[in-house]
Amino acid sequence: MIGNRTGALAGRIAHAVCLLALLLPVLAFSSDRVPKPVIDIDKPGKCVEDTATMRREHPDMLKHQRDLTMHEGIRTRKYSLKECVQCHASSKTGSVLGQKGFCQSCHEYASVKIDCFSCHASKPKPASGAKP
Amino acid sequence: MSADSNDGLSRRGFLAISAATLGGVMLAPGIRLIEIAGARAPEQAVSGQVRWGLLIDTNKCAPGCDDCVKACATENGIKATGHPRTDAQWIRKVELKDMRTGRAHSAPVMCQHCEHPPCVDVCPTGASFKRADGIVLVDRHICIGCRYCMMACPYKARSIVFEEVTNQNPDVPRGKGCVEGCTLCVHRIDREQQPACVEACTKAGHNAMIFGDLNDPQSDIAQRVAKYASTQIRADLRLNPGVRYQGL
Repeated sequence: MIGNRTGALAGRIAHAVCLLALLLPVLAFSSDRVPKPVIDIDKPGKCVEDTATMRREHPDMLKHQRDLTMHEGIRTRKYSLKECVQCHASSKTGSVLGQKGFCQSCHEYASVKIDCFSCHASKPKPASGAKP
Repeated sequence: MSADSNDGLSRRGFLAISAATLGGVMLAPGIRLIEIAGARAPEQAVSGQVRWGLLIDTNKCAPGCDDCVKACATENGIKATGHPRTDAQWIRKVELKDMRTGRAHSAPVMCQHCEHPPCVDVCPTGASFKRADGIVLVDRHICIGCRYCMMACPYKARSIVFEEVTNQNPDVPRGKGCVEGCTLCVHRIDREQQPACVEACTKAGHNAMIFGDLNDPQSDIAQRVAKYASTQIRADLRLNPGVRYQGL
């Protein structure tokens, strides 16, 4: 009775191992099936925080800054969305949106909707503008 | 002894120089004084000591002139969508005529930046709010587009955006589905500039609009308000608007 049970368990484990072995090449290839986001940084240099922090925390930084700016009139440049766009806009399209845009390509990959740019400008202010 | 007298002279000299500098500040025109009153560091929050206001002289405001309206549209990226009935309107020219005497007025009307704004009272989400320095704004991050504030405003100062907006001014985010209105060009005020309408009016030589801190007795606007009769529109509602009119 006991021997039977262990036999069944061993069989299951063997099955699982076989399945994993079969799946491994598929899993390995799957990364190629989904195109990785294009991260074109035209202006190499340091961002306001290190890359890992930026990747994880940029939504919180922006949200915190937006409340300060909106309600208290604090317009420091460090975490402002305007500065993000200023630095990260593509030199080709002039925007952070578009298939290869800095913001859109990554958010599309992560399947996260960005609402920022339904109101905020996705292009920096043209340098030729008369206003400072 | 001689060292002492030298010391005294230099101290007196210093005092004279500082007095001269102070005098210069006092004698400078209104804009300069506003700059000093409003000067704050970018990381410093706005202060309740300041009450921004506008004074509009209807005697100097020419009928048919819409320099302020045009400047507002350019600054804030308000473009005609082809549907004039529903286009956003932050500032409009109102022509008035006393039927008995025939005297005509013309005046720009925008958000009156009330001390007790009804739009703030009725907002169900807290999106409509008054900043510490008296500017009434809509936080579009919170606005759900219910338009309750549009109903509550006795000045018809607010609009809702019906269509997608593109190519916004980076300083003035605007988008579909949110209520908006005159911000007194808050982005310009925060960098010590005047609202676009006031700048355009002054530039064109009309000088019908003055912007400044009503709480600062040294400011041009406070001095004029103290000296000349000015009225608030619908003063009977006791909302104490920050926008005042002369000659109405």
